Amino acid sequence: MRLLEDKCKGCTNCIKRCPTEAIRVREGKAVISVERCIDCGECVRTCENHAKAVITSSLDDLMRFDYRIAVPAPTLYGQIRRAQNPDEVVWALLQLGFDSVCDVSYGADIATECIRRYVSSHPEPRPLISAACPAVVRLIQVRFPGLIPHIARVESPMYAAARVSRLEAARSLGIDDARIGVFFITPCAAKVTSAIAPVGSVQSYVDGAISIADIYGQIVSRLGANGVARPMHRGSSLGFGWARNGGELRAIGIRNSLAVDGIHNVLGVLEEADGGRLSGVDYIEALACPAGCVGGPVTVENPFVARVRMREISESLEGNTAEAIASAIGTVDELGEEFFSISGEIPPLSGLELDACLETAIMKMSELERMVEGLPGLDCGACGSPTCRSHAEDIACGRASEIDCVFKLRERMQEVAEELLRLAKKDVPSMGKREGKSLP
Amino acid sequence: MSCCGQPEGAGGAGGADGASGVMISMEFPIVQYDFAAAGEAAARIKQILRQLGISSDLVRRAAVAAYEAEMNLVIHAIGGSLSLVVDSGRITLTSRDEGPGIPDISLAMREGFSTASDEVREMGFGAGMGLPNMKRCSDLFNIESNMGAGTVVTIVIGVN
Ligand code: SF4
Ligand code: SF4
Repeated sequence: MRLLEDKCKGCTNCIKRCPTEAIRVREGKAVISVERCIDCGECVRTCENHAKAVITSSLDDLMRFDYRIAVPAPTLYGQIRRAQNPDEVVWALLQLGFDSVCDVSYGADIATECIRRYVSSHPEPRPLISAACPAVVRLIQVRFPGLIPHIARVESPMYAAARVSRLEAARSLGIDDARIGVFFITPCAAKVTSAIAPVGSVQSYVDGAISIADIYGQIVSRLGANGVARPMHRGSSLGFGWARNGGELRAIGIRNSLAVDGIHNVLGVLEEADGGRLSGVDYIEALACPAGCVGGPVTVENPFVARVRMREISESLEGNTAEAIASAIGTVDELGEEFFSISGEIPPLSGLELDACLETAIMKMSELERMVEGLPGLDCGACGSPTCRSHAEDIACGRASEIDCVFKLRERMQEVAEELLRLAKKDVPSMGKREGKSLP
Repeated sequence: MSCCGQPEGAGGAGGADGASGVMISMEFPIVQYDFAAAGEAAARIKQILRQLGISSDLVRRAAVAAYEAEMNLVIHAIGGSLSLVVDSGRITLTSRDEGPGIPDISLAMREGFSTASDEVREMGFGAGMGLPNMKRCSDLFNIESNMGAGTVVTIVIGVN
């Protein structure tokens, strides 16, 4: 997540929506704390000035590789209204410089199978939480570290599609893996980060991510002339459905499961899970974006319109469901579940702590509570912090001053003005009306 | 003893038993039958402990105990308060109410025993796990109750 400084007006809209209070406005510009940001994209969605940008790869980056594979999220196909069917979009991608295309929906079929096996082979703990949305995984690392053992350690569909397609390309073409470039076409800010620096994985199998918003125009301009092409792998309608909320659950078919979308709703459900109050729930599908990845922050189309198109495409794929799923299961059998699992550690992240030392943290907390008492509690955001409480936290940690609060500033001004008035009324011995008085 | 060279005794009144003396204490009033607000105090307590950098398994135990205490106050008592004290050695949670009191504490401590009304049970609460659950989350557990006068439940979770 990056701020485009010249576009930012310091309006404070974004600071209110951020689920981890990662943004402050300082000197008229938003500042994002890297430790706290979970890449959920809420600020991108909120900013009317389009000052938040997701850093992505460009088509020029393709040139670094000899063989280039596009790995489009199913969401992409729902975005292009002018395309009659997904194969036109595949053709357009090939025109843009890719040598082949492997749909992420195929990776979703693989992930579906791996999750089924994971859930049945891991009776504890419950509920398990899907690792498919990297923003949710990061939210757990930052705000709910106690839930880290609950993350189902199966890599996201993007990862599965990338790994399988690069392996197959290397095998069939006989070229070195390093010469193959895999680019994820993404609706998602968090997946840009996780593509390049995956959590819990030693190595990334994706060389770059290009946002749908960035590539949209180029795809649309290359549609037409009846150009159609088949991807090297396409998933089933169920795999395709992963892009919508509830789609993962429908595909894996686990009873006693729960789906939640929208980062603030996800917060509420994770709060319940963290409190141990979700007994009876075995699996949680949690997606940071409203309606799921179709509502991703770097998409173009209205998410509800896109959802209708997604459903149509999904239905059109129903015929090949059995075949696609059999192929995915075959791949999992051949390569093994470990090939698609999150092998490394998922560490807790400490962005919210007041201090690493407990005693200092307690002192800062006392100061924080004392400051909160004195602040107006209006959460107006004029100080540049999202709430009075977070402003008090910034003061306690030495990142802000009390009079950054306009109410506090006014109080101080009033005090100073009263003092000035008192001084102004004071007589100067050489002036004033002391006639008729004698020295004591 | 202070690990950061901070002056002792800052940040609150002196702690007990020779700890550094740095402590924080706060209190949350709880209103009977206010199910809409139920859980808020526990959520605040959790947030505070996390901001203090307490390890996540301890935060979780404290949060579960706080939630049970809060629900007990909402369901059974005629309101009361939940207080949190943290120093460098321990987390102490105290729930206080003004009645009606628990007639038989050993019965109340038995899992599954509950005096919650049918109405409350229909809402999915009052399953009789509150006190046993609180005890399970704590290193030290104490309960005192006087009929008509009220109940004080104290739990301590050691830090480190
Ligand atoms: S991406 Fe999400 S977590 Fe990061 S600054 Fe924006 S709103 Fe906050
Ligand atoms: S819901 Fe999808 S698009 Fe949104 S952050 Fe999660 S993975 Fe990315």
